[in-house]
Amino acid sequence: MSEHETAVPGPQGAPTGPAGPTAPTTPAAAPGPEAPAGHTTASGRVPAQPDGGRSRTAVRGLRPPAARYRLRYALWAAGGVVLLALPFYLDRFWLQAGLFAIAAGIGAIGLNLLTGSTGQLSMGHAFFLAVGAYGYCVLAGEGGRSGGHQLVGLGLPSWLAAVLAVALAGAAGGLFSPIAGRLRGAYLGIATLALIFIGQHVLFNATALTGGFNGRPVEPLSLLGITFDDTETVIAAVPFQSAEKLWYVALAALLACALFARGVLRGRPGRALNAIRDHNIAAGVMGVPVARYRAAVFVLSSMYAGLAGVLLALVFQRTVPDYFGMVLSLEYLAMIVIGGLGTVAGAVVGAAFVSLLPQLLTRYSDALPLVSAPGSGGVSPGEASRYLYGAAVVAVVLFLPGGLARLRPSQPARPPKEPV
Amino acid sequence: MTTFLELLLGGLSMGSVYALIALGFVVIFKATEVVNFAHASLLLAGGWVTAVLHDDIGFWPALAVGIASAAAVGASVEFLVMRRYRGQDQSVLAIVTIGVDILITTDLTRRIGTDVLALGDPWGDAVVHLGPVTLPQTRIAALVSATVLIGAFLLVFRYTSWGVAMRAAAEKPETAALMGVRLGRVSLAAWAVAGALAAVAALFLTVFPTPGLERATSLAALKAFPAAILGGLDSTTGALAGGLIVGVTEAMATGYQSQLAFLGRGIGDLAPYLVMVAVLLLRPAGLFGTKEPARV
Repeated sequence: MSEHETAVPGPQGAPTGPAGPTAPTTPAAAPGPEAPAGHTTASGRVPAQPDGGRSRTAVRGLRPPAARYRLRYALWAAGGVVLLALPFYLDRFWLQAGLFAIAAGIGAIGLNLLTGSTGQLSMGHAFFLAVGAYGYCVLAGEGGRSGGHQLVGLGLPSWLAAVLAVALAGAAGGLFSPIAGRLRGAYLGIATLALIFIGQHVLFNATALTGGFNGRPVEPLSLLGITFDDTETVIAAVPFQSAEKLWYVALAALLACALFARGVLRGRPGRALNAIRDHNIAAGVMGVPVARYRAAVFVLSSMYAGLAGVLLALVFQRTVPDYFGMVLSLEYLAMIVIGGLGTVAGAVVGAAFVSLLPQLLTRYSDALPLVSAPGSGGVSPGEASRYLYGAAVVAVVLFLPGGLARLRPSQPARPPKEPV
Repeated sequence: MTTFLELLLGGLSMGSVYALIALGFVVIFKATEVVNFAHASLLLAGGWVTAVLHDDIGFWPALAVGIASAAAVGASVEFLVMRRYRGQDQSVLAIVTIGVDILITTDLTRRIGTDVLALGDPWGDAVVHLGPVTLPQTRIAALVSATVLIGAFLLVFRYTSWGVAMRAAAEKPETAALMGVRLGRVSLAAWAVAGALAAVAALFLTVFPTPGLERATSLAALKAFPAAILGGLDSTTGALAGGLIVGVTEAMATGYQSQLAFLGRGIGDLAPYLVMVAVLLLRPAGLFGTKEPARV
């Protein structure tokens, strides 16, 4: 922080790069004699300049904006093509792992809106995932006996059930909003612990809805005449089963969710949310309805969690209550911290990291030192990955405040020292 | 009526144990503004050390080592981790403690595995008869030790120079620092005390009628969170009241489970959280918490 303070003049000071003689060049791209190294990192992270977009372009790019955008679009397009082509090349194991990562990405974007952008901690994310997953099962499933329990099922068309399940998760978040709107930061974190325990209690006891301990089967999604179950469709000599087909639905959902969240964050609501995080009283004074925004972002994040829950249910093909416990909530918090608080890309990167890590370690456990197969007494892959992301959470906050995505401008949140 | 009295006394005794945990939690919060989600793992660490050592060196020395090592774990978390993050945003700090919690809990649950470890306490399953009321000795021991410890802590907090330093640091860190209070030591001491209190609580959470120390013990320890927040996070009185409320509610809900059958099995474990939600709906700052005065 002190390095940061020396390198960057206060928010009112003259912007470093653009005002100097090196105005049109970026310090990062052209390390001229006038741009010392410490200077580069710091001004790369300067929060929004007072004069807005114009100076930002000047700081960031030597190339004219059009060329820069062309490169960026090319990169995005290449990434998109790779993602679209993956089902043709990956086996089922990796596709499922990828689907988990995508679903987790959606959930993490939601949590990041709440925790990263608004500073409201939530330990109850697993509860809303459960509401989405089980909501979908109940709404889409047919009633009947399964695992010794009489199950309730409404048998709605599955696409409608998915939409309603997301709405249901939002409604559950809305029910909690009297608390979510009034409590601040870590206080809300403790209060939302209640949601996990309430959720577990309901999942184990409301057997007619949830199937109890053994969970209940998930009705496959069917959309526009395509059913996303294990019936094989052969496309380009690749048999398409549920994982391959779901891949595209999940990708589309992730893209839509990411764009929506980006829109929220870049627009007026996003500024309001950040203002609440940085100083809730100042935000209130400036006319941001603090409680209403807190409640609203809580509802929004539970809807994201609901959608992630629906997707997870579709991938698992069976929902079990044990999965939606405390550990899952902690994993989501780890995701957003590791990826980067407050950014959409950070949430997705963190989700990929935390949810692919155990799979990677499981797959390559024989080749890795210190990690052994589950049940053999040593450190199992699941535990190893928990060690890793636990340590990553602690380390990232210290060494990489922007997270892996590193997009967030350096933390402006430290309140000015009170004069004594 | 007898059942009611038994439940009430049992609940008060469990409540005093929760109050011990919650007290440590509140002390950390007051001294360092950190909401410590790693508290349950401190408790697990103390209990585990006691459980492992009691066979070799006897129960009382093992308990002493357990308390000391929980204090050491707490202090080293403060020294190695939390000290590096001073001045960060409150919820970021809370997330860091979650990372610490993941690390410690993963390690301990891996060591515990599926075992249920006995702590080798001298009370066993003996019971005491007070008129018509029958109570396990362990519950009496819990009530007495918790009362003594909490009383001692409050006296120290009020009358020793260490306690004064602590309260000054909680009131206004900058001023306290200028008056010569070493904030680093204060927060180190807070974490160590919290760890020690948690280790004592670990003993009473795992003795009869509970089977012993197991993975789920950290879940039981989590009930101290609702205790702390429903009393008000920044109030030691609140921690005591919250602990007792949580303990009695839990005991009543478990004891009258058959009458509450429509709510499903295991409602006792849920009751503390429901009470917390109810209290927070009415008083967002908790029962004894100070409503933060805001100055712009």
